[in-house]
Amino acid sequence: MAVSNPKQTLAMTLGICLVCSVLVSVAAVTLKPIQQKNAETDKLKNILMAAGLYDDKADVQTIFTDHIHPVLIDLTTGSEIQELPNPSLSPEQYDLKAAAKDPTMNRKIDADKDLARIREMPKFVLVYQVLEGDSVDQWILPVYGKGLWSTLYGLLALDHDLKTVRGFTFYEHGETPGLGGEVDNPAWKRQWIGKKISDDSGVLRIEVIKAKVSADDPNAAYKIDGLSGSTLTTRGVNNLIQFWLGEEGYATFINIHQPKTNS
Amino acid sequence: MKTLKSTLTTPIIRENPIAFQVLGICSALAVTSKLETSIVMSLAVTFVLSFSNLAVSLIRKHIPSNVRIIIEMTIIASLVIVADQMIKAFAYDISKQLSVYVGLIITNCIIMGRAEAFALQNPPIPSFIDGIGNGLGYSAILLTVGAVRELIGSGKLLGISVLPVQTEGGWYVPNGLFLLPASAFFLIGLIVWFLRTIYPDQAEEE
Repeated sequence: MAVSNPKQTLAMTLGICLVCSVLVSVAAVTLKPIQQKNAETDKLKNILMAAGLYDDKADVQTIFTDHIHPVLIDLTTGSEIQELPNPSLSPEQYDLKAAAKDPTMNRKIDADKDLARIREMPKFVLVYQVLEGDSVDQWILPVYGKGLWSTLYGLLALDHDLKTVRGFTFYEHGETPGLGGEVDNPAWKRQWIGKKISDDSGVLRIEVIKAKVSADDPNAAYKIDGLSGSTLTTRGVNNLIQFWLGEEGYATFINIHQPKTNS
Repeated sequence: MKTLKSTLTTPIIRENPIAFQVLGICSALAVTSKLETSIVMSLAVTFVLSFSNLAVSLIRKHIPSNVRIIIEMTIIASLVIVADQMIKAFAYDISKQLSVYVGLIITNCIIMGRAEAFALQNPPIPSFIDGIGNGLGYSAILLTVGAVRELIGSGKLLGISVLPVQTEGGWYVPNGLFLLPASAFFLIGLIVWFLRTIYPDQAEEE
């Protein structure tokens, strides 16, 4: 092995770093377009999965354009936006994370109301209608919030009554594999289907609890069994659901769009 | 001096990096619950191992000995990032399942171990071959363990149903233990036992 003097050591390390950084940059830059396309397809796939429309044999893009209609909504008024205040809000370009960070399009959340611990949130959110024929069958609402290690990004599919959960899935998170990461577990996700988010008087009732939901519990329809071994992730999921379905989140939107029942 | 052929074949079974050198156990437990992830992980490790051996060997006469570990780590880390980027581009779903474990190849002792033990003393070609050989040895264990775990744990191979499971109307009751990392310990243990029965000289003295 070479005997070294400081000059040689320095030259050698610099040389290696240079070569390695070029290698890494080339790989990162050239592969980026393919990776972005993958991430894009994956996002559409997740929307289809939340809606229960995913079929691994068919083309994701086709099913998406056939059945899904993106709608931009204003969270404060709860209504749909026809004229885009900003071109980056078009369905093709809308990016939830960017919208949440952009000071012209976000708003700060008061600390005492910030259940999901996200500090700021977008004013405008792109939600998705799942169409069946001409009528809306489901609504898919993006939700996110802090778990234990990471921010969990998910999609909540609600029936057109905006009361019944049709599906729930997280498309991005960094929770511990095998513990909090079990939010991806199909068996756990299946529990959400058919749960009610609010009672007949419209009060938000859904919650993730820390024990098995017993079948004879009169409130079983509002409760979801948390994940064992991941108290903090489960708490995060519960908080983000409470937050996004609550006053700060989709409450106004839900109020407006809920079909009025004649009683 | 060993021949190139023996450099390639010895580490596959006789001096297997996992079973004989007992290196790289962590990832062998973590990614082997399915055959598919095992295959991708094996390819990634073989790629990183052979090229890191080659690179270290090429500059072995110029590496200042006092910073050699850092230089080796830089090379290995760069190769791992390249491998990770490629998996993200061409096997996106698998990259999500492998999550942090591709990045953790950097700390896989086999790679550091081969760079230190072989590439620093040998010319580039044998070093490259040694990398491939050890990569294949690692792969052999990963694929065996992955195949057994997926078959017993979920009745499938590469996602295709082999033993029809009871929940889908078949007769096979999957053994959930094999989906947990601990089962890989048992399997690797059995492999080590088997190899040491064939090659009694590998057993430690009492």
